Amino acid sequence: MATVTEAPPRAPEPDSKPPRRRGRLVPYWLLLPGILWLLVFFALPMVYQASTSVQTGSLEEGFKVTWHFQTYWNALSDYWPQFLRSVAYAGAATVLCLLLGYPLAYLIAFRAGRWRNVVLVLVIAPFFTSFLIRTLAWKTILADGGPVVGALNTLHVLDVTNWLGFTAGDRVLATPLAVVCGLTYNFLPFMILPLYTSLERIDGRLHEAAGDLYAKPFTTFRKVTFPLSMPGVVSGTLLTFIPASGDYVNADLLGSTDTRMVGNVIQTQFLRILDYPTAAALSFILMAAILIMVTLYIRRSGTEDLV
Amino acid sequence: MAFVRWFKRNLVVIAGLVTLGYLLLPNVVVTVFSFNKPKGRFNYEWQQFSTDAWRDPCGVADMCGSLSLSLQIAVWATLGATVLGTMIAFALVRYRFRARGAVNSLIFLPMAMPEVVMAASLLTLFLNLGAQLGFWTILIAHIMFCLSFVVTAVKARVMSMDPRLEQAAQDLYAGPAQTFLRVTLPIAAPGIAAGALLAFALSFDDFIITNFNAGSTVTFPMFVWGSAQRGTPVQINVIGTAMFIVAVLFVLVGMVIGNRRNRQKA
Repeated sequence: MATVTEAPPRAPEPDSKPPRRRGRLVPYWLLLPGILWLLVFFALPMVYQASTSVQTGSLEEGFKVTWHFQTYWNALSDYWPQFLRSVAYAGAATVLCLLLGYPLAYLIAFRAGRWRNVVLVLVIAPFFTSFLIRTLAWKTILADGGPVVGALNTLHVLDVTNWLGFTAGDRVLATPLAVVCGLTYNFLPFMILPLYTSLERIDGRLHEAAGDLYAKPFTTFRKVTFPLSMPGVVSGTLLTFIPASGDYVNADLLGSTDTRMVGNVIQTQFLRILDYPTAAALSFILMAAILIMVTLYIRRSGTEDLV
Repeated sequence: MAFVRWFKRNLVVIAGLVTLGYLLLPNVVVTVFSFNKPKGRFNYEWQQFSTDAWRDPCGVADMCGSLSLSLQIAVWATLGATVLGTMIAFALVRYRFRARGAVNSLIFLPMAMPEVVMAASLLTLFLNLGAQLGFWTILIAHIMFCLSFVVTAVKARVMSMDPRLEQAAQDLYAGPAQTFLRVTLPIAAPGIAAGALLAFALSFDDFIITNFNAGSTVTFPMFVWGSAQRGTPVQINVIGTAMFIVAVLFVLVGMVIGNRRNRQKA
């Protein structure tokens, strides 16, 4: 859903001056309520959180700002496995989403014909069934005695994944494989929709031209289609990776204590242990890590005009 | 040999359909298990066919209450985010003003932030202000994170709109209000509708931000989360199936209306 709108049609911004309006304050009045809302309930909380992360104290005695930067260091040294896991799981899910999502996006854009809208509806509609209900359904699908485990066992895939450490014993549930499977599933539409919007904009005649110049289908894809779909690839990977790295629902419902991600730690610290400074420091580190990674990624992929 | 060639030619279609299957598999499972009669508290294993849950969808304590609370919040959040977001979108596309870049980044950031970070920091604010967690804090949070998505949806539509249409209306002596209501708004309407629909879906389904800022108030996703620990009633699958059907019908009706309108134009 979200992301149909993610890559807006790049219509040229009108060169001619916008129609004259009386009053130069109009844009500010239009902006005021919404921007105020974001400043008070999005930006200001970040400031509060920054201050919380350098406080010490307890719930009974109250917290005080003591510029205790040690919290950051402690949080990192205690929870680096969860951080690494978050990056690894979210990265794996993003790659899988790209591999799985690209053919479907391509199918909708070029091959679906009059079925196009039907397929699009089928991609978007699951969004309206609560994602928690659907994630719980994976418990049934991946259950220990279930068909998936049986099939993987017969094909000896589980032997390989056991050896790689993705699964343990004869089960998929409560292993990293289950968590990555859930993450991939949950964020797949966030990949498909931007891919579809950028593929749909490609002129079909370019494919014909490539064919006329004796390019094989795969060469056409490699040299024409894929480069032209880069904006979709970039926004799709970001829209998948960022939410996946902060997610704790999949790791909680489909994983075990060995698959906890940083989101799980933040949730527990904040809502159960009530250690606010550590929780605040953890979410600040997560935010910083993501901002850095995203900036580097956008630099490298060269799509600066994302916003 | 013929089969191999056919397979090669349709590789993309086959791979795409496999992905579509992956996407829809849980929905199939949810639907099938809404007709289950589980033995224990959990509805993860198939036991016996039964239509009990469908005949008594509200038979579980508190579930339908949480459902109606989620609907209420989603309606108000949609209304709030759509009004505020549409105003911002118009300001951004139609006017050149200082701080445009800053406003753009402020709109983009909530979409580029993991939910858990926003959820935790908002809770810090509410705790510091001593706010009572519940309906209002949930609503405030939902409007906050839906806002950016509405702005992007509306902006996309308004940007592709020809400004000369408005100039033409003014040349024909339409006042600013008349121009807005008779020309601008109808053209922007699909974008606004898309933004509103998006906001509704996001708010109705949100779990992470709600989990942090709800206090003891229970929305539908939180009810489902709790039931994952306590035991899942079959009725949850009934609601999930019904939501899927309603969504598909909704979109299909929208498409039929859209098609008819296009045909009228042509």
